[in-house]
Amino acid sequence: MMNLQPVLLWSDLLLWLIVLAAAALALVSLRSAPLRLGWRRLGERNVATATGVWLLAFLALGLADSLHYRLPLPAGDAAAETRYGVEVFSVLDALAAPLREQHEKSYSAPLATRLAMMESAETPAGTVRVYPRLRHGGAHLGDNESGRDADVLVRLAAALALAALCWLSALAFVLWCLWRAGKRNLRQNLAALWRGETAFAWRGALLALAALLFTLLPLFLLAGSYHVFGTDKVGQDVFYQVLKSVRTALIIGLVTTLVTLPLALGLGVVAGYFRGWVDDAIQYLYTVLHSIPGVLLIAAAVLMMQVMIDTHPHWFSTAAERADARLLALCAILGMTSWTGLARLLRGETLKLRELEYVLAARAFGVSSGRILLRHILPNLSHIVVITLVMDFSGLVLAEAVLSYVGIGVDPTMTSFGGMINNARMELSREPAVWWSLAAAFVFMFALVLSANLFADAVREAFDPRG
Amino acid sequence: MTAYLLRRLLYAFPILIGVNLVTFALFFVVNTPDDMARMQLGIKHVTPEAIALWKTERGYDRPLFWNSAAPTLATRVSDTIFFQKSARMFVGDFGAAEDGRDIRREIAARALPSLAIALPTFLLGLGLSITLALFLTFFRGTRLDFWGVALCVAMMSVSSLFYIIGGQYLVAKLWRLTPISGFGDGMDAWRFLILPVVIGVIGGLGASTRWYRAIFLEEAGRDYVRTARARGLSEARVFFRHILKNAMIPILTGVVAIIPLLFLGALLTESFFGIPGLGSYTIDAIQAQDFAVVRAMVFIGAALYIVGLILTDLSYTLVDPRIRLS
Repeated sequence: MMNLQPVLLWSDLLLWLIVLAAAALALVSLRSAPLRLGWRRLGERNVATATGVWLLAFLALGLADSLHYRLPLPAGDAAAETRYGVEVFSVLDALAAPLREQHEKSYSAPLATRLAMMESAETPAGTVRVYPRLRHGGAHLGDNESGRDADVLVRLAAALALAALCWLSALAFVLWCLWRAGKRNLRQNLAALWRGETAFAWRGALLALAALLFTLLPLFLLAGSYHVFGTDKVGQDVFYQVLKSVRTALIIGLVTTLVTLPLALGLGVVAGYFRGWVDDAIQYLYTVLHSIPGVLLIAAAVLMMQVMIDTHPHWFSTAAERADARLLALCAILGMTSWTGLARLLRGETLKLRELEYVLAARAFGVSSGRILLRHILPNLSHIVVITLVMDFSGLVLAEAVLSYVGIGVDPTMTSFGGMINNARMELSREPAVWWSLAAAFVFMFALVLSANLFADAVREAFDPRG
Repeated sequence: MTAYLLRRLLYAFPILIGVNLVTFALFFVVNTPDDMARMQLGIKHVTPEAIALWKTERGYDRPLFWNSAAPTLATRVSDTIFFQKSARMFVGDFGAAEDGRDIRREIAARALPSLAIALPTFLLGLGLSITLALFLTFFRGTRLDFWGVALCVAMMSVSSLFYIIGGQYLVAKLWRLTPISGFGDGMDAWRFLILPVVIGVIGGLGASTRWYRAIFLEEAGRDYVRTARARGLSEARVFFRHILKNAMIPILTGVVAIIPLLFLGALLTESFFGIPGLGSYTIDAIQAQDFAVVRAMVFIGAALYIVGLILTDLSYTLVDPRIRLS
């Protein structure tokens, strides 16, 4: 197990790069007074800290799923060079190994011990139709199938106790921090926390952490012996699929920014600052792109991207690489079609800023245009950039689902919310209805998008100088 | 007014040319027609003859911009892919789809069912969300407002796919109130339309209510509102005569531009409910990789959007007497 071969997919690299760059930029921004004020106001909001905790949890999941490696194949003789399997695994796969490996034959309901479909079985009395036992779900129960409810309850109680323990230690840590920071005693700190009067909105963070622990820990503990969200048509665990979908959603939401930001920032600011024919040309460019309805432009571009990938199979050595290239191309296309809104905002703001006295003064002193843009214009646009990028994230996650449904989203081999919904939509019309895939995708996607939306609102209110 | 309209139409022309060039570049320069043929015919086991035949059938065997083999100057320009496939879209010639049908006739036949869904959805959604937004603004700062906005954000966070799948399952399958899918002619159509329209209205309600509320709130904080109250006007009069009227400009900016796009219909709703409109036409074309249809829809979409922008300018003169088009 020691000699794994690390695999660095492009999307892994970009995701880690974005997260690290965002963290670095956030640290740098602390040096600018207005942005520091924005961060402080963000920290004062319970909504922001609560949704921040949730988003961090999703991010941790996505990052764990973005460290890939290949396993060595069992070698015939020791002297030979180690060869590696074609399948690419991630750290998340290793952590959730039972979920990935415990395949059933077909559909099974959440926490079920038997398949959701009848099968013929040979008995001494002849052939009968039965619901066969699952290979893994509840297998530890043996013949005592009726003991399932009791078993689930015991595990649930254990998980809740563990969650309570984790949460109390987090609470103790926060109280310790408060005690270190101020002069107040434990009772006063606890009261301040309860009433939400701490400078950093710990109350929201702690409540969100409680919600997270009390839902996720039971899920994870039960997932070891049951399929908590059931299994899909080919018997794959649905819980594993939702966990894997998070990375796809995060990459679509975040990596797209890498395309949007340079285009919008570069073109928008240049158009607003230099005006004249540069402005006309850039305005023409984004009016043309903006006037094509988004879905149609994306559809046209993705169709062409598919043609390119499918007619050049030799570009990619593994299926994972091809799926990865498709995902990144989708991000690039989404970015190319969605920078126009931000560019327009930045152009308008630059037009306003360039007429202000301090910019005129800088120009009168003979400061070069590049330096004025960098030192005097860009810093004053940063709040618009932060607000717009955060607000775009949830829209992109939602767009992925729709595009994958239409068939122009991510690669079919890559697990995503859209792909899950697409596979699950016909299952509701089965008898009995198979609802669990859809429900699991709904719950996870809703949690992610809702946190992102609420966080974006808090960011807007905290960083908007008018507010 | 007429002069203004003419000038705006003249401005619109270069933009349409730009859209045309973008689609041309996407469909013929990024990938060669050979690549598209290989894709359509299956990557493996495809003979050069099959590719040549595929290209001839669709007229993709011409040069891109300049046909030096043609006899006269006019045909050297006109007998090219660009002229035949892109430039001719300006006169409404979109060519034939993969199944051999004329795209223009198909679009004309499908625009009406699309409009039958999109127009009621649009009008009902607009009326309902403006009413709700006014209601929330009236109770601003109260618990009702807080939970109303929270509900809006929650509704925004649900993917439109879930509204459609869930609504279709509950109303049509479990409760059997409406047909699951399909479309009828004449007066019979309403049975098929009611569910997609209701789902469309509910799906868009969260985002639009929140947006209108933000607009109303901004207006409600202005000085003229305080003046109106100080003059002793009733709250209802302040709301309907002052705030609503002044909020019309930002509302129109967002709303009028999308009216022409209603012809394109709703992609997802139409395909889920089996409505033979332009939305399902587009989705089918995307899934069948029918490049000619997608190209035509991109062009029409852009043209309709530009019409929407002109309509927006015109609508300003209706609500704000200070704005004159000249």
